Amino acid sequence: MFYIYCPYCGEHREEEEFHPKGQAHIVRPKEPESCSDEEWGDYLFFRDNPRGIHHELWVHAVGCRKFFNITRHTVTYEILETYKMGEQPSITAETYAPQSSESEAARVAKQAGVRA
Amino acid sequence: MSQQQPNRLQAGGRIDRSRRLSFTFNGQTYQGHAGDTLASALLANGVDVVNRSFKYSRPRGIVAAGAEEPNGVVQLGSSEAAQVPNVRATQQALYDGLSARSTNGWPNVQRDLMGLVGKLGGQFMPPGFYYKTFMAPASMWMTYEKYIRKSAGLGRSPTEPDPDIYDHMNQHCDVLVIGAGPAGLAAALAAARSGARVIVADEQEEMGGSLLDSRELLDGMPADRWVAQVLEELAGLANVTLLPRTTANGYHDHHFVTLHERRTEHLADIAPLKDGRRQARARLHRVRALQVVLATGAHERPLVYANNDVPGNLLAGAVSTYIRRYGVVPGNKLVLSTSNDHAYRAALDWQDAGREVAAIVDARPNPTGDWIDAAKAKGIRIITGSAVIEAKGDKRVSAARVAKIDLDAFQVAGKVEELTCDTIASSGGYSPVIHLASHTGARPTWRDDILGFVPTLVKGVSAAGGAHGIYALADTLADGVEAGASAAAAIGHQVLSVELPEVAAIREGATCALYQVPHENPTLRAPKQFVDLQNDVTAAGIELATREGFESIEHVKRYTAMGFGTDQGKLGNINGMAIAARCLGRSIPEVGTTVFRPNYTPVTFGAIVGRHCRELFDPERYTALHQWHVENGAEFEDVGQWKRPWYYPHTVNGKVETMHEAVARECRAVRKSVGILDASTLGKIDIQGPDAREFLGRIYTNKWEKLAVGKARYGLMCKDDGMVTDDGVTTCLGDNHFLMTTTTGGAAAILEWLELWHQTEWPELEVYFTSVTDHWATMTITGPEARHLLSEITDIDLDRDGFKFMEWRQGKVAGVPARVFRISFTGELTYEINVQANYAMHVWKTLFQHGEKYDLTPYGTETMHVLRAEKGFIIVGQDTDGSVTPEDLGMQWCVGYDKPFSWIGKRALSRPDTKRSDRKQLVGLKPKDPKVVLEEGAQIVFDPKHPVPMPMVGHVTSSYYSPALDSGFALAVVKGGQHKMGETVYLPMADGKTHEAEIVSPIFYDPKGERQNV
Repeated sequence: MFYIYCPYCGEHREEEEFHPKGQAHIVRPKEPESCSDEEWGDYLFFRDNPRGIHHELWVHAVGCRKFFNITRHTVTYEILETYKMGEQPSITAETYAPQSSESEAARVAKQAGVRA
Repeated sequence: MSQQQPNRLQAGGRIDRSRRLSFTFNGQTYQGHAGDTLASALLANGVDVVNRSFKYSRPRGIVAAGAEEPNGVVQLGSSEAAQVPNVRATQQALYDGLSARSTNGWPNVQRDLMGLVGKLGGQFMPPGFYYKTFMAPASMWMTYEKYIRKSAGLGRSPTEPDPDIYDHMNQHCDVLVIGAGPAGLAAALAAARSGARVIVADEQEEMGGSLLDSRELLDGMPADRWVAQVLEELAGLANVTLLPRTTANGYHDHHFVTLHERRTEHLADIAPLKDGRRQARARLHRVRALQVVLATGAHERPLVYANNDVPGNLLAGAVSTYIRRYGVVPGNKLVLSTSNDHAYRAALDWQDAGREVAAIVDARPNPTGDWIDAAKAKGIRIITGSAVIEAKGDKRVSAARVAKIDLDAFQVAGKVEELTCDTIASSGGYSPVIHLASHTGARPTWRDDILGFVPTLVKGVSAAGGAHGIYALADTLADGVEAGASAAAAIGHQVLSVELPEVAAIREGATCALYQVPHENPTLRAPKQFVDLQNDVTAAGIELATREGFESIEHVKRYTAMGFGTDQGKLGNINGMAIAARCLGRSIPEVGTTVFRPNYTPVTFGAIVGRHCRELFDPERYTALHQWHVENGAEFEDVGQWKRPWYYPHTVNGKVETMHEAVARECRAVRKSVGILDASTLGKIDIQGPDAREFLGRIYTNKWEKLAVGKARYGLMCKDDGMVTDDGVTTCLGDNHFLMTTTTGGAAAILEWLELWHQTEWPELEVYFTSVTDHWATMTITGPEARHLLSEITDIDLDRDGFKFMEWRQGKVAGVPARVFRISFTGELTYEINVQANYAMHVWKTLFQHGEKYDLTPYGTETMHVLRAEKGFIIVGQDTDGSVTPEDLGMQWCVGYDKPFSWIGKRALSRPDTKRSDRKQLVGLKPKDPKVVLEEGAQIVFDPKHPVPMPMVGHVTSSYYSPALDSGFALAVVKGGQHKMGETVYLPMADGKTHEAEIVSPIFYDPKGERQNV
C-alpha cells in the first residue's frame, strides 16, 4: 500500500485516501472536431506502460479532493515526487539517474558488513 | 526426573516447575509446565511421532524449536468452534487444557494405513506422481482428488462460527525493529535512547531470541540477565512499544509492515473474558514506519542425509534450545553431524545435561576453534572429515551410519561406522532470514563467505546481525547498535552512545559448504534424503526434476512443491538449490535466487478481517426516513451502500403479500391516486460560480445557456468516448447556482468526474462543487392526486400554469422550508419535496396524516422501476453498460449538436464505430404471450432456427410485469433495433423454451406524456 504525499495538504497519507486516475499530462485536444479519427482515438485509448519512470494522475479522493501528479518508478514502486496540477515533473525518464548496478552492489556489500 | 516427563531435566531452563499444566495430544493426556511450548512439552514426555508426512505418510517428529518447524504442525482446539489448523507446536505456548491433534495420519499417527502406501509405493512416487498417474481421464480427477486430499490432510477449518473477535490497529513509528534477539534489542536500545518512536516486534513468547539459550556471558552475567535489563529499560520509555508474540508477516510498499499479534492464544483456544467482555484474540498492526531494522536472525540448515526424517533427527540449535530454555533433553544418546563450529554447543549442552554424546562428526578435515577445544576438553569423541550419511530406525533413530566423505568428488571416501544413538543433531550452517526483505521484490545476493543469501535492501531498511550474516555475538550486538543508531539518525534524531556489554571473543573456524551428504549409493538409489520435510521433497526428486529438464529453480520448485505451502522453504530452500546446482554443474547463484512471499507464517483469517465482518463488513447508509420504513414493514434493497425500501408488503387476511402482489398494488395506487417514494439517496451536487452554466454546457450533452432561474432540465452525461455515464435533472436555483442530481450509485464518482475536468482541463472556469446528498431528504409524491395532497400542507401556489412541469418553487411544506420540484420519473403528476434532512420525518408523517383520503401509498424501488420502465425512462448502469451512446438510446433530443464548445463525448459520436447502423439500440419488447416476463439479461436472436451458435443480436436490459398493461414488457438493446419496429425477435432460454417478442417503442404508457403535465 502506497504512502503518498499530497502536495496540497502537505502531508503523507495512506493510499486508501487516494484514487489513481491513469497517466498524467494527457491533454484534451483544444479543437476535437479538427482531430482525425486516429488522433482522437490516440487521445482516448492509448497510454504508456513504461518500465521505470511513470507520471501518474491521482486524486486525494477522501481528503482535499485535489488532483495532482506523481512520478513513480514502476519497478521499485518508489514515489520520486508529487507535484500540483499545472506543474511539470522535475524527474523524467530522461533525467532520472538510477543508481548504477555497481553502486547498488557496493551498497549491499556495505550493509552486509564484512566484519563477520 | 519426573516419572511422567522422562526427558525433563530437574533444573534449568526458563520454565516454571511449580506450575504444572495438563494437555492432550491425539486424545492422550500429558503434563507440562508454564513456559513450555507444545513442542517442548511433547519432547519432555518422550512423544517421538507427532505427525505423518504429507505425501509418503512417514512418521515425523519435532525438528526445530521455532517458526521453521516443518513437521510439528497440529490442529488445535478443544471444541468445534475453536478449531485452528496449521499451528506449529514449536510456536504454541502450553496452557492448561490445551487440546491438539496431528494434522496427518489415519487412523492415527502410530498406525497409519497410508504409511504402507508410502513405504511400498515410495519408490514409485516421483515428483508429479499424482498428475502423471491420475491424469486420465480428466473428468475423474475430481473423484481421485477427494481421496488423495483425505489421505494427505492439510488440517481443517471449523464448521461452526468463530466466537472470537479480532482487531486492526493503524500505527506509525520512526523505527520499527523486527526481532528482539541480540541485534534487535541493541538496535531498539540505540534508537529508543535517541528519542525516536520505536516499535519492537518479536514472534516468540519471550523476547531475547538466541540469548535465551546462549552459553555466552554478557558483562560476566548470563545472557538472559542482560535481556531482562534491556527490556526493563525499553518498557520504561514512553516512546517505545514492545510487541511480544507478534510476527511481522508481510513487508509491503513504502515501509508498510503488517504485524500479527497473538494476544490470547497462549491462554486458551477461545479468548477468555476480561471484565465480562471477550478480549480480542489477535490484532493486526498496520504499521507505517519511517525506518525499518530487520533483526530477524538466521535459520540453521539441516544436513540432507538418508532417512534424515526419522523422529530423533533434530537441528543442532534446536537441541540446545530445548535443553537450555525448556529444560528438556530430547533423547539419551547423541550424534552430532556438523559443518561448522557453532553447532558444537549442542553436544556440550547435551553432555552438561548429563546424557551421553556418542560422537561429534565434523565434515571438515581439521576443525579448530574454541568450541572444538571445549568439546575435546570434555572428552567428546570428534570424527573429522566425515558426516552422518544415513540414520537407522523407524519411529525413532536407533543408529547413525558415519563415513568419511569427499566433498569435491561428492562421494563416500571410507568405511562406514555405525554408531548406536537415539538422536542425531545436524547443522549445515545458517541461512539469514531474508523473507521480509524479499517481499519488497528485491532479489537477495549470495555470499560465498557465509554460504548464504543476504537481503538486498530498499531505502530506509537496514538489516542487523544474523539477518545479513553476522553471527558472532559481540559483532551482532555492535551491528544492532549501528543499525538502530543509523535509522534514528537518518530521520533526524540525535543518537546517544550505547555502551555494549563485554562479550568474550570466540575463535571460530570457517564453515565448509555441505548441503546434501553423499551416500554409498547414488542419490536416486539411496534411502530417501529429505530436503523439504513438510512437502516430502527429496534430493532424488530434485535430481530427477533437473534430469527432466527443469533447470530454473522456480520451475524445480513448482515441479517438486519444494518451499510451498505454509513452510515457505524456511529449512529446505537453500539445500534444494544447492542440490539442483550440483546436478546442473552450476553455482547456487547461477541456479537462481529464491523469492519468498507474504505471509511469513500462517495468519488466521480473523486477524486479516478484523472488525470488518458481519454488519461492519461495509458501511450501511440510511436515509432520514429509515426508521419509518422499518416500522412499516419495508423489505430493503441495497443500492450502493444505501438501504432503500424495495417494496412494502401488506398483510391481507393474515397472508403476507408476495413482492409481485405488493408491487402491483403500489403501481396501481400511483397510476390511480397517489404514491410516495423516499428518493433521498439520489446524488445531489450543489454547483456555484459565475462559470457554472458554462461548465454544465461542457459536461452535459444538452444545452444549458438558456435555462432560466426556477426551471429544471434533464441532462445526459457522456465520457469522452461518447458513452453515457450518468443522467439526472439539474435545476437553476440562481443565475450562478445550480443543483445537479445524479444516480444513487454514481454520486461520488460524478463529483470526482466534475472535479477532474475542472481541475485538469478548465481551471480558468470559476465554479465550485459541493456534495449535498445527505443534507436534503427527498420525498416524491406522484399520481393524479398529488396536487390535492400537497396543496393541503404548503403555501406554494400549485396552479398548473403557475407552477409548470419542469419548474421548482421555494416555500413551506408542513411548516418546514422546502424546495419543491415538479419533475417526474413515473410519468404522473409529481412533486419532489426537498427539506433539510432532519425535518424530513415530520414532513413525511404530515403527508400521511393528510394522505389517507387519497389512498397515499408508499412505494419502493421495485415499483419505481416498473413505472419508469413503462415510460421508457432509462436507468444508467441497467439499460446502459458503458457501450451505449445517446443516439443508441434514441435520445438525440437530448444532444446539443450545435453547441459552440465541443462538449465531453461529442467528438466521439462522429467516429466510424459510433456511426454504425447496426449498433445495439434501445427498444421496447412486447412478449407475444402477455403472461411472459422475459428474463433480464436474456440473449436475443433474429433466427431461432439458425444452427448453434446463433448470432446474438442483443439482450434484455429491464423486464417487468405491468399492472397498467396487464402484460409483461421489457426494455432491450437490439442491433439496429430502432429501424426494426414491429419485427419479431426470439429469446432462447436455458430450459429449451424460446420466447417470442415484438420490437416496439420503449414508451409503453402515455406515449404523449400528457399525465405529467396535468
